[in-house]
Amino acid sequence: MQINQYLDQLKRSLGIMKKDIRIYYLKGPVVIFGFLMPLFLFLAFFIGSRDMPMDFLISGLIGMTVFFTATAVSPVIAPWEAQVQTLERLISTPISITTLLFGDMLASFLFGILIPILPIALGLAIGINIIYPLTFILGIILAAACFSSFGLILSSPPSNAPSNVMMISSLVRFPLVFISGIFIPIEKMPYWGKIIASVSPLTYFTDLTRYSINGTSYYPIQVDLIAIIVFIVVFFFLAVQLHKITIYKRI
Amino acid sequence: MEHVIQVQNLTKIYGKLMAVNHINFEVLKGEIYGFLGPNGAGKTTTLRMLTGIIRPDKGEANILGFNIQKEPLKAKQNIGVVPETSNAYVDLSAWQNMMLMSELYGIPKKEAENRAENLLDRLGIYDRRDDKVNAFSKGMKQRLILCMALVNDPLLIFLDEPTSGLDVQSTHLIRDILQEFPEQGKTIFLTTHNMDEANNLCDRVAIINKGQIAAIDRPEKLKNMIKKLKSIEISFDKALNTKNLSELPHITQIRKKGDKFIVFTDNVDGLIHSLTLFAESENLKIVTLNTLDPSLEEVFVELTGDA
Ligand SMILES: Nc1ncnc2c1ncn2[C@@H]1O[C@H](COP(=O)(O)OP(=O)(O)OP(=O)(O)O)[C@@H](O)[C@H]1O
Ligand SMILES: [Mg+2]
Repeated sequence: MQINQYLDQLKRSLGIMKKDIRIYYLKGPVVIFGFLMPLFLFLAFFIGSRDMPMDFLISGLIGMTVFFTATAVSPVIAPWEAQVQTLERLISTPISITTLLFGDMLASFLFGILIPILPIALGLAIGINIIYPLTFILGIILAAACFSSFGLILSSPPSNAPSNVMMISSLVRFPLVFISGIFIPIEKMPYWGKIIASVSPLTYFTDLTRYSINGTSYYPIQVDLIAIIVFIVVFFFLAVQLHKITIYKRI
Repeated sequence: MEHVIQVQNLTKIYGKLMAVNHINFEVLKGEIYGFLGPNGAGKTTTLRMLTGIIRPDKGEANILGFNIQKEPLKAKQNIGVVPETSNAYVDLSAWQNMMLMSELYGIPKKEAENRAENLLDRLGIYDRRDDKVNAFSKGMKQRLILCMALVNDPLLIFLDEPTSGLDVQSTHLIRDILQEFPEQGKTIFLTTHNMDEANNLCDRVAIINKGQIAAIDRPEKLKNMIKKLKSIEISFDKALNTKNLSELPHITQIRKKGDKFIVFTDNVDGLIHSLTLFAESENLKIVTLNTLDPSLEEVFVELTGDA
């Protein structure tokens, strides 16, 4: 009975996901922020630091791309729907807020695992070897889930202007990239830098990617995996709680 | 289940404004229930509380036997909602919108497709089903929204001003469809400020003003409430103005309406006498003379105090 109900809601969240994919994947800003941004950041960084080894750079690019693509769609959905007045329709249907957010998260999640295929292909093309492919794939899947939940939190302030939310989320996302060991390896950071890096989920994913590519990591990979899973649970739970409060303020 | 909607002390406060102020009412199974009120009366706010779109600050609402606050999913499963503002997904086609709704109600695919086909066809947009809603006119959008509200074959349908801004054809189409529901044991709750709609469509009407219910009754009974205010419609074969008539006895108020006059009185018999005497003395012919019942509009104006 209870189980059936959950399965039923899960199926309905797939409907939400399909709708999100159809609508939001084709919106310019989403694509630009998700895909081109990390690429430009990478190129700028690449030109400035030729002395860094290629596998370090590529794993940074992959980390950034997963992070930016997975957080590209989820923050804008709620404000967008409120603005074009489709949210009222959604709330009137028999789906819970958890179902609604889970659907949004799935759409983001797919974006977050599909687009990074591009930088991965780039890496393979220039001769990068992935020595632990299974760990790598598991890492990408978990990280995409983690970052898309994080995106849901970014969308929780009850502002109905997508541009506001995009600004807020950029203000949060860019600093995160700089403290997550993408441009500076964690081991070269000062002590306080290491502390700050340890609260960023992106740190663990970047670390895991480096491990998958060259076999070395700063944290044990079990720690990386567990940290990402804990972040998924915490972020999603927090997002649901926040949206439960703010969703009614959007109408 | 006799009462499809039961509302107790329902209240919504926005800042200092009591948008909806401790209202109570019940809607019976098979009724078409009208919620009539001027702009800003609290109609939409009430409807949103009843459909679980916003949360009341006080009071509760039972929808199909479920408390909309405590068991929202069960209550929502068998209701349909046409919100005030047009809101299908404009980037999706009409068909995709219908399928999305079906998925959210958990309707099996085959059945969903059958229903979508029937509904779109019935509302005359089946041929445009694969067009993006972007390209739809207002009337087409509104018809699609009605289709979307009916995908789950709801027992209870909420409509917020479903025909406002539509042409006569669309309006009639929608009203015709709504009128079939009571026969199938379905209940309709609709808000409107169109007297004609409330008068012709509704079994009962609640008049809401400034967040409070001023009266609830059948349209005809509401009209009886102010029966004392009778009026006569009269026209002559020559042009006159209100001044010519205003001196006559038994006239409490007079209004010109096209080539006719609407004359209000508390003594219909006396007024007709004085009007005929007047016509004789002025050598006029009376072309029409009708006694009028108060319209729902007059009840409404009387109860809400503004037009
Ligand atoms: N989200 C909101 N925030 C603040 N005030 C609101 C909000 N929604 C409604 N109100 C106020 O509550 C009152 C009732 O609004 P409501 O939309 O229910 O009126 P209505 O009867 O539907 O009017 P209309 O015929 O214009 O649709 C209005 O004074 C309105 O300004
Ligand atoms: Mg309204």
